[in-house]
Amino acid sequence: MRGTVKLFASLREAAGRSEIEWELADGATVEILVAHLQETLPRLEEWANHAWIAVNRQYASFETALQDGDEVALFPPVSGG
Amino acid sequence: MSDKLFEITTAPISVDEVSRRVSSPAVGAVVSFAGIVRGTNAGRQVRYLEYEAYPEMAESTLAQVADEIKARWPVEKVAIVHRVGRQDIGDTSVVIAVASAQRQGAFEAGRYAIDRIKEIVPLWKKEYFEGGEAWIEGPEKPPKTEAKR
Repeated sequence: MRGTVKLFASLREAAGRSEIEWELADGATVEILVAHLQETLPRLEEWANHAWIAVNRQYASFETALQDGDEVALFPPVSGG
Repeated sequence: MSDKLFEITTAPISVDEVSRRVSSPAVGAVVSFAGIVRGTNAGRQVRYLEYEAYPEMAESTLAQVADEIKARWPVEKVAIVHRVGRQDIGDTSVVIAVASAQRQGAFEAGRYAIDRIKEIVPLWKKEYFEGGEAWIEGPEKPPKTEAKR
């Protein structure tokens, strides 16, 4: 299965890009995706463990199971207003 | 000009314009809040801010904040517009307008809206100050998980 990851703010800058395609075996979770991203983008390492997670624009967690086509987002604590 | 109730935009925003989005003959009170870019923060002279959003999720999360408000107070309509991109000192970064038949609850609802925006809406600001720049990160813990599988 495959999908996209969007990165925002400090995570986007750490990775040097705002969007990444992912491809993982069935049954993968957000945690597995994040571990995979940290291998391919070492600069994400210090950031991603503290990231907030959204899947398909809803808040999710590292335990959330992924499905084909999912849009995952990783970002730091929000600071709008 | 937009009539969307929940909007992320790069264009300048105003209290009057957003308040018009919630006005109707049923409305006897509109309480508005404007967030303004401040020239000092944490003892630093701020030059300007750069706001970033996850626009699609930010707009749907703003709608969620309005649903939470309507479950607590008898308000007719809520509009929230947040500007992104570079903003200078004195610029308006966010406008909230709460419309209700009568004033009861509208003030509390407006305060709740800005508090919730700072807690859960995917927006971030980077501060450019004299001598450097820094992402501002909220102190909050992540919202509880909603994605069900």
